[in-house]
Amino acid sequence: MMRVRYPVLAFLGAALLCGCVSSIDQVTKTGQSAVQMRSYQERAFDTADKEQTLRSVIATLQDLNFVLDKADLDLGMVTATKLSGYQLRITVTVRPRGDAQMLVRANAGYEEEVVKDLKFYRDFFTALEKSMFLTAHEVD
Amino acid sequence: MRALGARRHGWAGAALVAFACLFGGGCQTLPDTAMELPPESLKLRQLQTRRVEGIGETALLAATVGVLQDLGFNIDESETQLGVIVASKKRSAVDTADIVSSSLESLFFSMLEALLSADHESEGDINFDVTQRIRVSVVTRPALDSTGQPRADAQVIRVTIQRLVWDDEGNLTRAESVEDPKVYQKFFDRLSKSIFLELQAE
Repeated sequence: MMRVRYPVLAFLGAALLCGCVSSIDQVTKTGQSAVQMRSYQERAFDTADKEQTLRSVIATLQDLNFVLDKADLDLGMVTATKLSGYQLRITVTVRPRGDAQMLVRANAGYEEEVVKDLKFYRDFFTALEKSMFLTAHEVD
Repeated sequence: MRALGARRHGWAGAALVAFACLFGGGCQTLPDTAMELPPESLKLRQLQTRRVEGIGETALLAATVGVLQDLGFNIDESETQLGVIVASKKRSAVDTADIVSSSLESLFFSMLEALLSADHESEGDINFDVTQRIRVSVVTRPALDSTGQPRADAQVIRVTIQRLVWDDEGNLTRAESVEDPKVYQKFFDRLSKSIFLELQAE
């Protein structure tokens, strides 16, 4: 009898523990530190031209089969969605870094999760490099 | 004995994987190649892109909005400074050929099922696509002259289209980008007429 009871109790205990986490906490949940995320979501390009950088980002996203959702030059941001049997949403921001560089940050969401795959972001920046004719520098 | 042990192990492994999948929020993961340039990207770019002579960027955007309106799209977003227009429309996705083929298919399978099994519990459900949401993004940029400088009187325009399709029970059946050359050809045909009108109005 005891053999049966312990796993059941353990399961109930675990369920209770999980239950204590409110789904509203998802609003501020990150899962990774901001520094960690930025290390693979961010790259710097040697150009001071914000508009041209954004236009290159847009062209790259179109090459990757995305359809745009939003674009804003003043805020330096673009959001786009890719449908290919799955739904993938990406936001790319562009802002000046010093006088001679633009900092490009991409973050993507798939299903109910943030995309944390390093290769995913690396592929994006590789495609962007080709479109910009510039090298993407890792940011410390 | 040893073989039996191995088999048991196999079952336990399979059960574990199934369990992990259930709690991992489904087995579906993002394909590894999601952000790689697809091999057909150059071909797609060609059929989605046109070069337009004798028009400024803003006038071209205005002409594009006209075409989108002609086609019944609503404009969701625009950013003239970046040459971006986003539009969408919700329409019927009922395809008569599709319904006939799925009905025939379903009839065939229920007959097959009836032949193979004694109990007739076949549900006979026929689902077909009923609604779709079509989204278009149009992006323009100034064409470059021989020295690489942007021209004020020539533009390059690229259109990308995608759609989501739902069946009669409200399930999402398709999430795809539209890659049919005919669709883009028709769009650009309409656009050249709209550009003509736009230039006349100037």
